[in-house]
Amino acid sequence: MSLLEITDLTVDFDTEDGLVQAVRGISLELGEGEILALCGESGCGKSVTAMSVPRLLPPDTTRLSGSVKLDGRELTTLPESRMRQIRGKDVSVVFQEPMTSLNPSFTVGYQITEVLRRHEGLSRRAARDRAVELLELVGIPLPARRIKEYPHQLSGGMRQRVMIAIAVACSPRVLIADEPTTALDVTIQAGVLDVFRDLRDRLGTAVILITHDLGVVADIADRAVVMYAGRAVEQAPVTELFARPRHPYTLGLMNALPSAAVNGRLAEIPGMVPSPLTDPDECAFQARCTRAQDDCRRKRPQLEPQQPDDHLAACFHPGGQS
Amino acid sequence: MILEIDNLVKHYGQVRAVDGLSLSIGQGEVLGLVGESGSGKSTVGKCVLRLTEPTSGGIRLDGRDITHLSRRAMRPLRRDVHMVFQDPYSSLNPRFTIEQIVGEPLLHHGIASRREAGGRVAAMLEQVGLRPEMRSRFPHELSGGQRQRVGLARALILEPKLVVADEPVSALDVSVQASVLNLITDLQREMGFSCLFITHDLSVVEFLADRVAVMYLGKIVESGPTAQIFAEPRHPYTQALLSAAPVADPVRQRERRRIVLGGDVPSPVDPPAGCRFHTRCPLAYDACRTSEPALTDPRTSGHPVACHLVTADHVPDAAVNR
Repeated sequence: MSLLEITDLTVDFDTEDGLVQAVRGISLELGEGEILALCGESGCGKSVTAMSVPRLLPPDTTRLSGSVKLDGRELTTLPESRMRQIRGKDVSVVFQEPMTSLNPSFTVGYQITEVLRRHEGLSRRAARDRAVELLELVGIPLPARRIKEYPHQLSGGMRQRVMIAIAVACSPRVLIADEPTTALDVTIQAGVLDVFRDLRDRLGTAVILITHDLGVVADIADRAVVMYAGRAVEQAPVTELFARPRHPYTLGLMNALPSAAVNGRLAEIPGMVPSPLTDPDECAFQARCTRAQDDCRRKRPQLEPQQPDDHLAACFHPGGQS
Repeated sequence: MILEIDNLVKHYGQVRAVDGLSLSIGQGEVLGLVGESGSGKSTVGKCVLRLTEPTSGGIRLDGRDITHLSRRAMRPLRRDVHMVFQDPYSSLNPRFTIEQIVGEPLLHHGIASRREAGGRVAAMLEQVGLRPEMRSRFPHELSGGQRQRVGLARALILEPKLVVADEPVSALDVSVQASVLNLITDLQREMGFSCLFITHDLSVVEFLADRVAVMYLGKIVESGPTAQIFAEPRHPYTQALLSAAPVADPVRQRERRRIVLGGDVPSPVDPPAGCRFHTRCPLAYDACRTSEPALTDPRTSGHPVACHLVTADHVPDAAVNR
């Protein structure tokens, strides 16, 4: 049994324009100590999928179906009071923008110890000692001094490390990181990614990393799921995915990178993503796909094993090699 | 030379955003100005457009000194230099139609009557790949990529000699970014404008720029032909930047030597004495802490570096700690 199992998850949002189908049936598993990347472009549903786990979606407008199981326990039907004990303890989240997710009017130390006292019932003193340890763990120099500081006194990279320290304070089984390095400079990004690697190696934390950056995926993930229009279109161990992308969209993303330019030109993906309001029974990518045939317009391809069988793709005409 | 910047200084109060920077851009040349947040790269762009008044130094646009021109004296010169901004959402007036936005510079400079403007706008929209019916749309009806095309059309309609582009593709998804980068390349070849391309993204610079200048804390630390900078970076900071940007190939990425920089970028209010990079440089020695290295060219012409360790017969390697 996997640590986390998401089965046939769909998420719709009630909006003025109608029902936005953000996630349209996704199933995935996360193993103990695994770093799984959810990648894709804006609006593909990667964040919504991940935020369904700690149930951080607006309750009034969200319609969710399917199953999310942590250690075999169903989370979608849990009462909110029970969910609150899981959030921050078993499942925690690191957001993209550390400045808006930290409270500006409390010290860094207070924000870390708050979690420890609430979930672990530590005394003030024990929580403080643990907070210093945690800041050390995420690579913050002079932690005993830093815990007395306020978020505005820290740089972006340091704030993100504080966020990670808070998120891992209770040794969560699953850490969800939503574009955790997107707002950071590259020289700082490398250090923050090292922190995730280190946490996995030392504490066995499993990580769902949401990112649009294929360089980050290549650097740190064990396995990756590529999403398009609310569905997983491809899923594979990372080396396999980059060596032999099967889905034309995955291949298109890789070829569109500036580093993949051929004769001074980049491969474009023509057209635009389909509307999130409708979901015809066809491949959602077919209108933009160079390999599309009649069958792609008649029926939606399912995510199916390729060779090797831990490589899945939802395509009637998958590519064989890179 | 279309643009010549000589020892430019711009201080915002105590903040030494740009602190003695010289560069030049030739006819039809694309210069990539690279740096991390707070390096002062955007301030350079603002000074060139005279959106802010330089503290000291000189800026010559097509041979004419514009450093301290009044707003009125600057106005006719605005035909020759235009800007493309990062955020296509906030840089277009939401109450104007696309035709009005793109045609405004023509009317403003009295170059065309309202009737004549219509034809020029239609031609320009076609050149940036927007269909004619877009003319009557408003910015909110367009996608991010389309809006950036409008930004380009507005910047180019007067056929300026110089375009300053500040992170023009950073807010776009990879597949959209690819088509906008191809478009910029095409337009630059067709129209022959010079370009100051400001970005933090090294892969974009490698794709687009003829020459690269790398900034750190308000100064240029290295500049040279793009291929040379990427093949043989000489400044330890450039080496660190290149090594930190992950490549989208897990096999290669995981074998790469990375240079992890210690500490944070120091404050531009009180930049370090000596070499500004010495607080994070893995190779720094005594001289770096006391004397500031000049931007000199000890090896080949056209690839100057500001580092004490670069000599006629030695290039430092920041990946090898001493």
